[in-house]
Amino acid sequence: MDTTRLIIVAVGGQGNLLASRVIGEAALNSGIPVRMSEIHGMAQRGGVVESAIIFGDAQSTIISDNEADVLLGFEPSETLRALNKCNSDTVVITNLAPLPPFTVATGSDTYPDLDGLLDFIRTRTARLIALDATALAIEAGNILSVNMVLLGALFQTNAIPIPSQRVKEAIAKVTRKAFLESNLKAFDLGFTAASSIG
Amino acid sequence: MHKLIAEPPDTKMLLLGNEAIARGAIEAGVAIATTYPGTPSSEISLNLFQISQESDLYFEYSTNEKVALEVAAAAANSGLRSICVMKHVGMNVAADALLTLAYIGVKGGLVIVTADDPYMFSSQNEQDNRFYAKLSGLPMLEPSSIQEAKDMVPFAFDLSEKLQLPVILRTTTRINHSTAIVVLGKILTLKTKDDFIKDPFNYVTVPAVSRILHARLLKILEQAENISATSDYNFITGGGIFGIVCNGISYNYVFDAVNDLNIKDKVKILRIGFSHPMPQTLIKDFLKGCEKVLVVEEGEPYMEEAIKAFAQEEGLTIEIKGKSRDLFSRLYEFNPAQVRQIIAGYFVITYTPAQALNLSQMPEVPQRPPTLCAGCSHRATFYAVKKAAEGMETIYPTDIGCYTLGFLPPLSMGDFLICMGSSIGSSGGFSKATNKKILSFIGDSTFFHSGIPGLINAVFNKHNATLVILDNGTTAMTGHQPHPGVNMKKLNLDGYEPVSIENIVRAVGVSHVTVIRPYRIKKSIDAIKEALNVDGVSVVISQEICTLYAKGLKKGHGRPFYINEKCKNHRECINELACPAFLIEDGRVKIDATICTGCTVCAQICPEHAISPLKK
Ligand code: SF4
Ligand code: SF4
Repeated sequence: MDTTRLIIVAVGGQGNLLASRVIGEAALNSGIPVRMSEIHGMAQRGGVVESAIIFGDAQSTIISDNEADVLLGFEPSETLRALNKCNSDTVVITNLAPLPPFTVATGSDTYPDLDGLLDFIRTRTARLIALDATALAIEAGNILSVNMVLLGALFQTNAIPIPSQRVKEAIAKVTRKAFLESNLKAFDLGFTAASSIG
Repeated sequence: MHKLIAEPPDTKMLLLGNEAIARGAIEAGVAIATTYPGTPSSEISLNLFQISQESDLYFEYSTNEKVALEVAAAAANSGLRSICVMKHVGMNVAADALLTLAYIGVKGGLVIVTADDPYMFSSQNEQDNRFYAKLSGLPMLEPSSIQEAKDMVPFAFDLSEKLQLPVILRTTTRINHSTAIVVLGKILTLKTKDDFIKDPFNYVTVPAVSRILHARLLKILEQAENISATSDYNFITGGGIFGIVCNGISYNYVFDAVNDLNIKDKVKILRIGFSHPMPQTLIKDFLKGCEKVLVVEEGEPYMEEAIKAFAQEEGLTIEIKGKSRDLFSRLYEFNPAQVRQIIAGYFVITYTPAQALNLSQMPEVPQRPPTLCAGCSHRATFYAVKKAAEGMETIYPTDIGCYTLGFLPPLSMGDFLICMGSSIGSSGGFSKATNKKILSFIGDSTFFHSGIPGLINAVFNKHNATLVILDNGTTAMTGHQPHPGVNMKKLNLDGYEPVSIENIVRAVGVSHVTVIRPYRIKKSIDAIKEALNVDGVSVVISQEICTLYAKGLKKGHGRPFYINEKCKNHRECINELACPAFLIEDGRVKIDATICTGCTVCAQICPEHAISPLKK
């Protein structure tokens, strides 16, 4: 089976480890070989969290520079920072809602201009899908479901060899029952949003 | 039921490396598990801790790794299967026990898990603990996959009982924190109580006994080498005139590279999973069929040196390379593309690497360093210390925990750190070597781990220093594990009495001891000033629960604060505290009410009284 390499970057607390778990379970249930790794440098203290998910027969659990097939960014400046993982064939999906680091929030550093950032990514990679996942999460009834919105968008692209039905089953398996409805709604909103872009 | 014991054998589960190791221990019928928490090993113990609450498994968070190993060693010598889990630097603490335990050996199986951290994702060094196997003479296993990480644990227990020696299972972060599909095995149910058979001439290591025991160890090692030479964990794949020897996570990168480069018929791979003793005969045979050999291992040239020595013994003059300026580095971790490129270069295979994007015009991305949480009690303590020491020339030795982050500006509290407990020990040196005021920081868990001997030393040898113990009621950085000072009732565990830090400090003879509540800023500053004026050793215990932990325990926070109209926008709050709840909006200071925990510290220090609690 061909290898597909997915990088997910997020800020601590955005729920990307749960998103990775959902993808892993969906792969397991679809009989797709999957390996993943995560680095969370003091995630709960606001650092960057990165997961690598590799589908197919490769044995490695990490992804080298220039070798990601898909980049899923939970925060626009983090998507940009991870661009060294991409090549001109990479599909990029990003949340548009910034979470400025503290240094930016307090004015000692500046946040990159959002339009410039998107243009930069768009002109260098195969495809860019940018959506305000935070707004869609609120629409789904739970601001914490940003991760599910982004999963919806990711699976709309068909860049990952797993049917979205399997992903929804995995969401039902690994996320809390109380949030199931809003999580599935968030997934659908992300899916629909991605189909109307790019 | 805990997910690691709920599923029947042959179930396929998606497991984190550390979960797989915990499951492996359960499958092996482990009776006793001990640990001191440390990334990247922490989830192994966390899972065993949880399982112990619903099974016969005895689990403890020990005060440090040496104690953990001593507890496990005694249990294993009473016939029980025991596991002792630590991060790589923990092995340094346990080493005193380890090196002589190797002489005594064990009766029941004992597996020691050491989780190394190449690249230092969350550690102070990247030492290669394979050398502990060589130094102690103990057998060592190294998994390359998550499935192996699980499977090697029961194998290690069997091996340990067969050889009557502890066995080291050595992982690296990329095993511990990778996830893959694992097929579960059967769970053995073994005894949880046995007996210790007295045998002082084999157990009490006076010189005359140890001279005999060391000879015993060397003899067992010969037997271990034979097992290693035929172990399934040391295997050869592929065939050809080129040879690659690799271990652990590197095996995956080699495997993928050989596929990607399409050189399966040119290269044979020797994967070493049983890496101490090295499988001498197997390696010698392997070398004989090769024209050129590349050794792929992260860290130090552990295998490379052994392999070169074997080649020399066989009179082989083939080229064997691994660590060198143009090949592999001893620094950091490897990655698949790097290994592929070095293999291609070394064996002269042409290939086109993936093209890098042109990122020269990339807009600058601001850094996102981790910070102390909003409302973290350490921030309050650091602020109070800074104010109390204003105008003094100070040195701030610090220690290992969340509070290490206090070394970053604007708090800038942290000048020296080498290891767990070094705050207190080094304070003594600075106080003797300089005329500066010495003020050091240590967390509660670290104090129990290795701070106490340093404190006794400081008192007895009349050092001149103030120690601030940051007591936030948990081992925060590694994921809020308990320690001996913790009230276990909060974790719904009965029958534990917390050990009082204050009583310990007073008992060792510290004459000036104060307890402060750091959120009361003015009182805290006064108390610290007083402590700084004491000649000799003074201790300030700063008590306030970790705010992130409190959130997890569902203890309510105070009301969030906001900036009122009195704000003169001089931003003293931001510049001095740097609480991540602050932001600037339209040129004015704001507080993000969803982040603010209502600790009140900023409100107390604002000279304009411009910060007040939000109305309900
Ligand atoms: S986890 Fe606790 S101790 Fe660590 S930074 Fe957050 S509040 Fe502070
Ligand atoms: S009260 Fe002030 S210092 Fe405390 S968490 Fe809120 S903003 Fe931060």
